[in-house]
Amino acid sequence: MSHTDAPKGTDYLHADYSIKSWLLTLDHKRIAILYLITISLFLAIGGSMALIIRMELLTPEGDLLMSDTYNKAFTVHGVTLIFFFLIPSIPAVLGNFLIPLMIGARDVAFPRLNLLSWYVFTTGGTLGVIALVVGGVDTGWTFYTPYSTSFSNTAVVTAVFAVFFAGFASIMTGLNFIVTIHKMRAPGLTWSRLPLFIWAQYATSVIMVLGTPVIAITLLLIAAEKTLRIGIFDPALGGDPILFQHLFWFYSHPAVYIMILPSMGVISELIACFSRKRIFGYEFVAYSSIAIAVLGFVVWGHHMFVSGQSMYAGMVFSVLSFLVSIPSAVKIFNWIATMHKGQIRLDSPMLYALGFIGLFTIGGLTGLFLAVMGLDIHVHDTYFVVAHFHYIMVGGAILGFFGGIHFWWPKITGRLYPEILGKLSAVLIFIGFNFTFLPQFIAGYLGMPRRTHSYSEEFQVLNVLSSAGASILASGTIIAVAYLLWSLWYGEKAGRNPWNAKGLEWETSTPPPTTNFERTPTVTEEAYAYGPDDESGEVNNERD
Amino acid sequence: MSVTERELELGHQFEDLEQQTEAYTVGMWVFLVTEVLFFGALFMAYIVYRSMYPQDFFAASGELDIALGGLNTAILITSSLTMALAVRSAMLDRWKAQIGYILATMGFAFAFLVIKYFEYSSKFEHHLFPGEHFDFKGENGEHAEMFFSLYFAMTGLHGIHVLVGILIMVALVYRTWRMRAQRQDYIPIELTGLYWHFVDIVWIFLYPLLYLIGPLGSGKG
Repeated sequence: MSHTDAPKGTDYLHADYSIKSWLLTLDHKRIAILYLITISLFLAIGGSMALIIRMELLTPEGDLLMSDTYNKAFTVHGVTLIFFFLIPSIPAVLGNFLIPLMIGARDVAFPRLNLLSWYVFTTGGTLGVIALVVGGVDTGWTFYTPYSTSFSNTAVVTAVFAVFFAGFASIMTGLNFIVTIHKMRAPGLTWSRLPLFIWAQYATSVIMVLGTPVIAITLLLIAAEKTLRIGIFDPALGGDPILFQHLFWFYSHPAVYIMILPSMGVISELIACFSRKRIFGYEFVAYSSIAIAVLGFVVWGHHMFVSGQSMYAGMVFSVLSFLVSIPSAVKIFNWIATMHKGQIRLDSPMLYALGFIGLFTIGGLTGLFLAVMGLDIHVHDTYFVVAHFHYIMVGGAILGFFGGIHFWWPKITGRLYPEILGKLSAVLIFIGFNFTFLPQFIAGYLGMPRRTHSYSEEFQVLNVLSSAGASILASGTIIAVAYLLWSLWYGEKAGRNPWNAKGLEWETSTPPPTTNFERTPTVTEEAYAYGPDDESGEVNNERD
Repeated sequence: MSVTERELELGHQFEDLEQQTEAYTVGMWVFLVTEVLFFGALFMAYIVYRSMYPQDFFAASGELDIALGGLNTAILITSSLTMALAVRSAMLDRWKAQIGYILATMGFAFAFLVIKYFEYSSKFEHHLFPGEHFDFKGENGEHAEMFFSLYFAMTGLHGIHVLVGILIMVALVYRTWRMRAQRQDYIPIELTGLYWHFVDIVWIFLYPLLYLIGPLGSGKG
């Protein structure tokens, strides 16, 4: 990073340059950067696996990868991207960086716990990559028993311990955020004045704290069954593999909301800023985050419609799953109402936000298809499901993450990225994404099963489209990574508030000083006080 | 306590000691919630399998030693008392009494683990640990191995928590001794106390669910 004119000690990036000052830092902003670097590596690993999978699927024959290698490839893809990238992505990076800044605090409540979480996460991630790439695991990211416990001879034990570590880190982050948001807010910052990003992070943290312990113990039981023969799920002892599925999805369905809720928080910030309007229906958007978190815990059975669970349980889970669409739709409608008669500026973060709204809507609506039991039995374990959850996880969660990174990049790094390239990559990612996953809906509906390396020839056109789209999606992402890295050295210096946005994080200098604020700010107005007097929305990039 | 001592104990992120105390307390309660869910999955499994195989659980539970389990229950409850007294001593600034009570709690915790060790060894000797050598001789024991899987998973996880408690108490004794000359923040011992009572409560549930559902416990022995 260039540090020509910034004297030592002026901001958190230039406070100290030693490696030690980074690896032992207690500053939430530096820990966010550590997380950003780590999860980017996992994104690269999981993303390259996606490309290998798409190359294999160019042809109907299983010619590039053998079937067991293919199993290992999609397990690497799923485990790394879900547990080591998506779940920590926005909370551990943007949440860590922004929560104390947005609430006017000097740091999170437990800085040492925060640093510990990064070490635990990195240990888990490294262990995971070793298990998945060097050893290989062929269970898929779901680790379903009895296959994982009784039959698979791959590195399952190491992999579940890796995920256990990542879960531990996730609990630490969630606990830290809950206490921080409860106890560290600046004077005057009441709950009804909190930015919606904070509400979303709070809801996410609640899920992390309540859900993660269950997956943690469940994964430990898999390890215990494989190593100690303590067979809680072992059918030979009278164990019930369906119990594993219940416990697994009790976490792993809410985990979807761990991925999407923080993105929704980001989108609320972006839409308000680039429409120059106060968010429409603030209370509804805030409470809808909490509603999603609560409802998210009572819908897990919709993953198990064909597992043999009771039909009545299935019906209840089906109805409850429909209910989740209400708070989700509340958000979508409120964002659109916010944009109505706003002064919309199409800067790159806003392009990501608009992309999110479109793609999340498709992902959410196809989720309703899947909540219908009759239809779910038809498309279960087909590419329809794959397409649906990629619309949520990539079209929703990752677009929100990219949008947030672009929006706060100047604040985090003190540099501006080239806007024209930002727009280009946002458009490429949107187009590439749709080319990749829209055909999968059709292939899945026509009956193409997931998790196989060969398929019948009739699906080839759709798969070639999908693979071509994946290459566009990858190019867009690589361009974004390239210009963001470039901007660290050559980007124009950013001022205090390049987007002319509202929020405490924009009121401190750029990059923020180690203690965030010279003196604790006092909040006197509601969030998003965008008004007619600042309708120009001009880029105010003066250096302080 | 002088002003400088107060500031020494205040984390850089906090405005004042009150905020710090509240933050640590809320943090500990949230942590205990995660612990409830951590054990909760095992209790869920217990509910499912006991309702599926009530006869087998009844028979298998008869193999557990009610006397040793009962002794351990008494030991843990007493250790909760000494822990509560340690917290009170800390609030009253009696550091010697505080150290004494923590050491007593550690002693009880250690005794609990020693008794648990003897119980586990006898289960190994009688081929009651799940796996190839498992051999249940009683009647209605088709699914006894599931009972013992749960027994070892639940008491094992609980035992790990007892062990962690002992390690935390070692650190607490050291801290109290090192800072004996000055007035101390009682939050560390209070939070350790909360943790310890949680470990105690888990056992209060484990004991009847595992030991007292068998022929002896139901009065039919």
